Amino acid sequence: MAIVAQSSKFSTYGRPILAWGVGLLFFFPIFWMILTSFKTDADAVKPEHLIFFTPTLENYLNMTQNYDYWRFARNSVITAVSATVFTLFVSIPAAYAMAFNPTRRTKDVLMWMLSTKMLPAAAVLYPMIFLAKGIGLYDTHILVIAVLSLINLPIAIWMLFTYFKEIPKDIIEAGKMDGVNTWGEIKEILIPLAWGGIASTALLIFIFCWNEAYWTVRLTTVDAATLSKLIEGNRAPEGLFFGRLSAVSTAAVGPIVVLGWFCQKQLVQGLTFGAVK
Amino acid sequence: MGRIVLDQVSKCFGDVEVIPPLDLTIEDGEFAVFVGPSGCGKSTLLRMIAGLEDLTSGAIAIDGEDVTEVPPSKRGLAMVFQSYALYPHMTVRKNIGFPLRMEKMGQAEIDKRVETASQSLNLTDYLDRKPGQLSGGQRQRVAIGRAIVRDPSAFLFDEPLSNLDAALRVGMRLEISEMHARMKTTMIYVTHDQVEAMTMADKIVVLQAGVIEQVGSPLDLYHKPQNVFVAGFIGSPKMNLFSGPEAAKHGAHTIGIRPEHTDVNTTDGMWEGRVGVAEHLGSDTFIHIHDTGLADMLTVRITGDIAVKHGDKIFLTPQADQIHKFDAQGLRIE
Repeated sequence: MAIVAQSSKFSTYGRPILAWGVGLLFFFPIFWMILTSFKTDADAVKPEHLIFFTPTLENYLNMTQNYDYWRFARNSVITAVSATVFTLFVSIPAAYAMAFNPTRRTKDVLMWMLSTKMLPAAAVLYPMIFLAKGIGLYDTHILVIAVLSLINLPIAIWMLFTYFKEIPKDIIEAGKMDGVNTWGEIKEILIPLAWGGIASTALLIFIFCWNEAYWTVRLTTVDAATLSKLIEGNRAPEGLFFGRLSAVSTAAVGPIVVLGWFCQKQLVQGLTFGAVK
Repeated sequence: MGRIVLDQVSKCFGDVEVIPPLDLTIEDGEFAVFVGPSGCGKSTLLRMIAGLEDLTSGAIAIDGEDVTEVPPSKRGLAMVFQSYALYPHMTVRKNIGFPLRMEKMGQAEIDKRVETASQSLNLTDYLDRKPGQLSGGQRQRVAIGRAIVRDPSAFLFDEPLSNLDAALRVGMRLEISEMHARMKTTMIYVTHDQVEAMTMADKIVVLQAGVIEQVGSPLDLYHKPQNVFVAGFIGSPKMNLFSGPEAAKHGAHTIGIRPEHTDVNTTDGMWEGRVGVAEHLGSDTFIHIHDTGLADMLTVRITGDIAVKHGDKIFLTPQADQIHKFDAQGLRIE
């Protein structure tokens, strides 16, 4: 009895406090970034203006007037959306094939796909840059879309594979008996049944693409530069311009935070899928 | 039309041969039941006919046409799954009409056929519900509806009733038999339940470890089991089978006598034993008898009731013309 009472006390008070504590801890940097974005660069480094300061929109105006924020934002939208669409276009059939027509090598193929994520990006940076320049794709949307798709494909396939595995094989077989071809199985049965899983995979991949910095910063200069590049460009080596940097960062993560907020349900379901079964 | 011929069909999973090469013909309009203990390969055989499972060797022909390499959707067969396998995101109407939509049939014709099928299956009130809102029996009806709208050359049933409760199972069994009598379409039905096999089939195929033990009508199998396995598998309660001196007296290695073919007496008879459990069903009584020296336990079935209790001495006399004799290989001796 004592144990039951204790655990219920913990779940009534302890757990919410713990959860809020962790939540606030993770939210703090974002909060601080937003706060700093309304300070002048000078105020941003002064301890006396840590909390109390005169808010200003100077950084945001500067960003749109001098740095062409909208061009970077447009590039981010084009590359992240295209890469997400392309990733799904490839990963849905791939995961479908592995989930419903597995061979003895399917597990190995999945492991191999995952192993490509173990390759340190730094090791292939220069070959990639030379290759991109060699074929004339450096600083183009196509290159960024291709790279973003390729680095996210293994995760997308793994996630979708897990979702598709949950669909009873009988239903797909019933479809076969009912005269559906492979494309029909995907369109009529698989996609409607795994809609939640596909949506959360898409959302997650979109977020990864939007926030990707390692490659987008190094494979673009102007034409295909994304918001990551804009943030990178405002990072002064002397550690100054914190206000400006914060404003750019806030403007860069803003759209994705809003999107994520509206899609919370799918996102949480996507991340915990399989774990709770 | 739906004559299905299996020619030297076999199946291996890796190195394991689950079905050694076998031949089987199912005539047009026949109700064939594949029966056997679980793991005997009966479902695999059905799935091979459906095209859901590849053949390791051999060929399958439907109405004289080789369909070995033809995908399931093009074989003209309809299948009802044990799990029903309905499309959970579609209404009953959409589920039943789905195969027709895949055939690119006109909407008016689809509606008409769905209407007809749902009437014959008492589903008209549920057409706009999703499968999740239906009971097990209703789901099974939808699965059958989805199969019949297509007017297939044969129906394949993979243990369709095993998820239903006993009362519903008997009802659906009758409905499927009625449906066969009405439609006269070839049906292949897989079950591990020998009562379903006996009551529904024109032809029973008894399988064990992927091998066909016997093919025949229900009464053939009951009266003339070709071997000890079939003798023990068909009939309920099971046939009493035993070897030893008593069998040798009949010139056999093993003899079998069905529970209903043994006369019981409390004063004298051929074999003597002691009453164990007696199950009184009203119409019948099953008595389990020990200490006969023939087998661990013999079962007899008596029409009506008999006043015996646990531990009583009892005498049994088998009906001489109903004794089944088998040789050392387990094969029937005529």
